[in-house]
Amino acid sequence: MSIIETRDLVRDFKKTRAVDRMTFSVEPGEAVGYIGANGAGKSTTIKMLTGILKPTSGHVRTCGLDPMRQRVEVARRVGVVFGQRSQLWWDLPLRDSFAILGAIHRMDEAATRARTDLLVEQLEMGPQLGTAVRSLSLGQRMRAEIAAALLHSPELLILDEPTIGLDVLSKQRLREFLVAERREQGTTLLLTTHDMGDIERLCDRVLVVDHGRLAFDGTLTGLAGTVGAQRILVIDLAQPTPDLHDVPGATLVDSESDGLRQRLSFDAEATTVAAVLAHVSSRHEVRDLTIEEPDIEDVVRRIYAASGRT
Amino acid sequence: MADATLSQRLRPYRVLLASRARAQMQYRASFVTDILGTVGVGLAEFAEVWVIFHNVDVLGGLDFTAALLVFALSNLAFSLADMFVGHLDQLPRYIRAGQVDAFYVRPLPLLAQLMTSDLSLRRVGRLSVALVALGVALTTADIAWSPATVALIVLTVVSGTAIFSALFTAAGGLQFFLVDGAEFTNAFTYGGSYAAQQSQQVFPDLLRIFWTFVVPTAFVAYIPAVAILGLDDPLAPTWLAWLTPVAGLLAWGIAATCWRLGTRHYQGAGG
Amino acid sequence: MKTFWLLVRAGFRRHSTYRLALLAGMTTNSVFGFIRASILLAALASAGTAIGGYDAPTTIAFVWWGQALLGTVNLWGFAEVKDRVRTGDIAVDFLRPVDPQIAYLAGDLGRAGINLVGRGVPALLLGALLFDMAWPPSAVSWVAGAVSILLAVVVAFSGNFVINLLAFWLVEIRGITLLWMITGGLLCGLYLPVPWFPDWLRTIANWSPFPSMLQNPIDILAGRVVGDDIASAVGVQVFWAVALLALGQVVLRAGRRRLEVQGG
Repeated sequence: MSIIETRDLVRDFKKTRAVDRMTFSVEPGEAVGYIGANGAGKSTTIKMLTGILKPTSGHVRTCGLDPMRQRVEVARRVGVVFGQRSQLWWDLPLRDSFAILGAIHRMDEAATRARTDLLVEQLEMGPQLGTAVRSLSLGQRMRAEIAAALLHSPELLILDEPTIGLDVLSKQRLREFLVAERREQGTTLLLTTHDMGDIERLCDRVLVVDHGRLAFDGTLTGLAGTVGAQRILVIDLAQPTPDLHDVPGATLVDSESDGLRQRLSFDAEATTVAAVLAHVSSRHEVRDLTIEEPDIEDVVRRIYAASGRT
Repeated sequence: MADATLSQRLRPYRVLLASRARAQMQYRASFVTDILGTVGVGLAEFAEVWVIFHNVDVLGGLDFTAALLVFALSNLAFSLADMFVGHLDQLPRYIRAGQVDAFYVRPLPLLAQLMTSDLSLRRVGRLSVALVALGVALTTADIAWSPATVALIVLTVVSGTAIFSALFTAAGGLQFFLVDGAEFTNAFTYGGSYAAQQSQQVFPDLLRIFWTFVVPTAFVAYIPAVAILGLDDPLAPTWLAWLTPVAGLLAWGIAATCWRLGTRHYQGAGG
Repeated sequence: MKTFWLLVRAGFRRHSTYRLALLAGMTTNSVFGFIRASILLAALASAGTAIGGYDAPTTIAFVWWGQALLGTVNLWGFAEVKDRVRTGDIAVDFLRPVDPQIAYLAGDLGRAGINLVGRGVPALLLGALLFDMAWPPSAVSWVAGAVSILLAVVVAFSGNFVINLLAFWLVEIRGITLLWMITGGLLCGLYLPVPWFPDWLRTIANWSPFPSMLQNPIDILAGRVVGDDIASAVGVQVFWAVALLALGQVVLRAGRRRLEVQGG
């Protein structure tokens, strides 16, 4: 049985069609990235999956249940984090939020405590348990939100922009935790994001939505292949160097400061970072290197362009 | 066994309310200030009655003691309802903060979550003013005490609280439609409370009908008070006072309908 | 002066976008108007013909002008300035070329304007339509009444402004705000006319700025205060407006010094 199943799902707002004949399904254990421009219909879909919003027409099942008729049952089996909206009690110590949510999900106190301890340990939140939620940093709060959503061990975790506004380190910790959590529990994940890094680290599959329509459904590599989005390798060299035109599988994008910094694009299917680096460093002294991921907006824009929209 | 399951069923709400109480106690100084504030509000409301009776002996067929009883009963019911569910008419705030969406993804009924999402303990201030007024009114008034009188008083407080709670719930339901015009509902929540404090004889017939049959706040205090004191008002016979719970039930029927329409609208329009 | 007008108009426009809120406020004001009119008429009937110089038409005028001016005059106060002091945003206000007190006063006058037009006048007309209401007895009363309303808005604003500024020194000004609101609500003549008060309470009221926020304009417009008494009613308002504005300036400067010493 699919965890999420939609068929010809439609949602109209006054004059616009926010979700247009959307059909897809997500199997247990999958991790799916759900991406698209602002207003493309991502949040609307999530609201229909969780029973907040009534579909105009079409079919939707979450955990095999009708979210409109069986909202409470769906809520027991799904964990949701809405990026900018907190489900925690801002004026109480973090510990209390877990206790209250445990009671709401009708877990007994021992089970709540055991599960809280486990999540808190994995997310390294021990020192913050006594802190009032409103005093947590954004990164701490987001980890707390995710722990709260996972407290009742849901089958499906829906994350709406979980890494928005987080610093690099916080993002990394969050992703590592989610990878481990999914490895151990097999939780199904549906995630919307503007960060390609989230998709790369967390998702096996990507859905791209454009004006309410599904514009792409496949693997990340397939996505990059479809749109030709390439990663950029930024190489800082010790000496001014002539332009690196002869690297196999890579193309020079530009060169600054007499060739002290050069940017190469490369296709992930044709070569690897290691191969490119080995080639360059065998000829020149490399001081530093960074990788620029394809910008998700850029990927989406290309998908849109490919499907005949701008 | 049935008790155990009931207590288990209620545990989430108990925990929610306890957490609200704890949060308010955290800042003792501002909590005490807020209580004194609601004592002040209660006293100001009382001052209005008292100043009028400084100028007249009888208002709307009631002397000061009778008016005090009406004041006390309505304030008691209103502050109880306000304490438990008064925040329901703050619904637009909840919607804007995304709190309503958060409620939807929790496995409890929406209305029950909203009701237990706050508990305005500071209103004990106004409640205590009402209790003192009730004590004074009941001891100074000429009442023919009987078990029926006691039963009627208890019934009145319970039903009156139910009526005001129903008004707040109806307000919440309507505010799903009226997000920017949420203040409309003040007309019958706070307006209803103001009307409930009065002798209904001051109103012209049309208003009297309105406050009895449309927004039934006449049942909160005036109609029972007439029965308790054995006064003479042909439009408020004693048997009507015993129908106060019926008024409460009808008000709740309307409130539930408003609430259902409101949530349906929210799910239909997407907030 | 030109800047001042621009700010007034900005305040007017800012609040005129909430049309539904204005209509909602007017509805609630009207419901309270009906209830209060019923009570006070019943009290008059019980007392004879008049109480404290109010007969039935002046009492009706008292009730409906009160409801009409309730949204116009900011009796319940505002928290914007307090919040800006708390967050430190007030420092930005100090950097602007306009004095913060004058700028906020301008905004409040604009807010008062739209509330008078969009909420007060309709409620007043409804009251006049359904009840036998006394109108201002002469052109002088109309003009003096308008001036008096303006002064009432200024007095209420400048009092609240001072209260808001206390946030420079106090962590929590909620208690003071509550006290101001409750005593103000009682003494300004919103619930009952100040002349109905017992002597001692009337004395307290008359020594406070609160009647200048509501009772004085209502008395002029209801025609209870006429002739030379108009001059003294307006004079008292001018006194409170000047005194509270001056106090606001003193407190604002002290707050600014404190901000500079603490470095924001």
